[in-house]
Amino acid sequence: MLARVLRSRLATLLFLAAVIAVIPFLAPSAFYLRVAAVVWVFALAALGLTILMGYAGQVSLGHAGFLGIGGYAVAIGPAQFGLHPVLCLGLGAVLAGVIAYLVGRPILRLKGYYLAIATLGFGVILALVFHSESQWTGGPDGMQVARVTLFGWRLSGAANWYWVTGGALLIGAWLALNIGVSPTGRALKALHDSEVAAAGAGIDVGSRKLAAFVIAAVYAAVAGGLMAAMNGLITPDAASFMHSIELVAMVIIGGLGSVLGAVVGAAFLVVLPQALTFMHEYEQAVLGLLIMVFMILLPAGIVPTIRNWLLERLS
Amino acid sequence: MRTSVTGRWALRAVALSGAIFAAAVTTGATLAFAADPVKIGSVVSATGPAAFLGDPEAKTLKLYVEELNKKGGLLGRPVELVLYDDGGDANKARTFATRLVEDDKVIAMVGGTTTGTTMGMIPVFEDAKIPFISLAGAIEIVEPVRAYVFKTPHTDKTACQKIFEDMKAKGITKIGMISGTDGFGKSMRGQCLKVIGDYGITVLADENYGATDSDMTPQLNKIKNTAGIQAVLNPGFGQGPAIVTRNYAQLGIALPLYQSHGVASKSFIDLAGPAAEGVRLPAPALLVVDKLPADDKQKAIGMAYKASYEKAIGQPVSTFGGYAFDGIQLLVKAIETAKSTDPQKIRAAIEGTKDYVGVTGIYTMSATDHLGLGTDSFRMLVIKGGDWVMEAK
Repeated sequence: MLARVLRSRLATLLFLAAVIAVIPFLAPSAFYLRVAAVVWVFALAALGLTILMGYAGQVSLGHAGFLGIGGYAVAIGPAQFGLHPVLCLGLGAVLAGVIAYLVGRPILRLKGYYLAIATLGFGVILALVFHSESQWTGGPDGMQVARVTLFGWRLSGAANWYWVTGGALLIGAWLALNIGVSPTGRALKALHDSEVAAAGAGIDVGSRKLAAFVIAAVYAAVAGGLMAAMNGLITPDAASFMHSIELVAMVIIGGLGSVLGAVVGAAFLVVLPQALTFMHEYEQAVLGLLIMVFMILLPAGIVPTIRNWLLERLS
Repeated sequence: MRTSVTGRWALRAVALSGAIFAAAVTTGATLAFAADPVKIGSVVSATGPAAFLGDPEAKTLKLYVEELNKKGGLLGRPVELVLYDDGGDANKARTFATRLVEDDKVIAMVGGTTTGTTMGMIPVFEDAKIPFISLAGAIEIVEPVRAYVFKTPHTDKTACQKIFEDMKAKGITKIGMISGTDGFGKSMRGQCLKVIGDYGITVLADENYGATDSDMTPQLNKIKNTAGIQAVLNPGFGQGPAIVTRNYAQLGIALPLYQSHGVASKSFIDLAGPAAEGVRLPAPALLVVDKLPADDKQKAIGMAYKASYEKAIGQPVSTFGGYAFDGIQLLVKAIETAKSTDPQKIRAAIEGTKDYVGVTGIYTMSATDHLGLGTDSFRMLVIKGGDWVMEAK
């Protein structure tokens, strides 16, 4: 029975919904809601990346660039063209998808290290653009994002954003779970195991990879847009290489290809720096050490390891 | 080495419980200190790309609060500094700001190393109505004036005004400009062009260079060949101004060269070499504190800060630490004046600051000026014999 629950998609979704619903009742102050909201946003970006990395087995080291595209879309749209921020969130996602499609076509021909370096280069270029096109992006200091009003209701405060980001994450998780069992998802998992075998089975490897790349870019752009709107600010730092690495680390620590894993990985890297502040100077070192310990002891990632352990016990 | 299956699972369990324990300890720790001390918050970029700014700030704040507690604290209560490091990330800064307000319940905040992190944190403090003294440069922080936001570092605009005052006094009315295209150079160029009209000075040649360019001869040649130019101004930061200075000497341009406060450090003189002779620039008093005349208002406080910082930390004092020193001093003075830890009253007291002599300058705030520094916060320096020489005020 429990084994069936562990394997069910609906259970994953219900579990996530329950966690999102319960946290506000346990949080002693709005600060905890703010941290949780940041977790949900990063989890959304990590979800996209887990489709690319976990399902399809392709690495992207420039993914924060798409985060930046989404963020700057929400910042620039209302400021320069007077568009509604919600519309800009959608436009940012579309723009990221189109850019991913155009860039993905040539670079997804590359494999392994070469693909990693190409995506890294792409991310660095985007960060440079955000940095230097200051008449559009405000330059290194970033730009303000107008506060969002929805149906006359001004969206602000940690609690409101908690529900918005939590809702977005749930929708994202639902889509990711369904993609996982769709023909595309199955094709991606097949080409992850062996591209030659997948091609032999009649899978169009190139276009499936491209689809995964575009999906991942759209997830990141939506996350970036939400983050910019929540913070009321976007800086070129959002698209930095360090953030790309952070996203990859979230996916790997949580568990490649696992939807809950993306959320747990995001929680790990967002909550731990907050929890370790009492160590002052040693905070960074301890954080690094903890990541190493987790990777050595739980190489498959936190969520798959626990899941397998439970399944082993039950069978 | 091969561990048994159970052994491996045990290790995994240890790893998980370790992380949970770390989280539990912090929650416990925050609950333990509940009452008495006066809580002052700070978020600085002590690590990351802005660490050269944030690190001396963090050290200064810790040192000052320690000294304050030795003297008996504030209003008869000990002072607790809640300090977080945002690593230069505006998103993290915002989370820490929320933590200071919602969880630590600080009564005021001194921090915000970069303009980006400061702008990210402003809405949190404005919404919570808690005073926030920023340590970042850009003028956008205090213009337009926000009720609860103040700052201590002088702006590019003040530096421009100081330079133009000096030019005006020398009868210079036509200049050439060569600016870096990095954040600093761009921002300062913009601010200078905004105020230049007030001094009756016009720019005849407006050139620029990239932050990593290694030769500025063509741009300088253009300036050299523009008739009527009486002086050249170079708003820039890092290695660019040193290269401009060397090229300037190589081309044998005899006009006065003005650099900005962005190069007010010893490394500029080292990089530019003998070409730096005669270069003029505005700099904060702390840079030449040993050379200030004994009757200078800022001499005593500057020397005291320099002595205590260098003794405790063992590194030379920097103007960035000075911003933090003035920030916390202004706050402490305001709390003493208000005789209260009520954020509203502290805010009003900071705004009422009059003639506070700090290491950065002499502050007089008002409802329309939340920086409170005039051009007298800069000293005009000339480089002579490989060292700074003070110009008369």
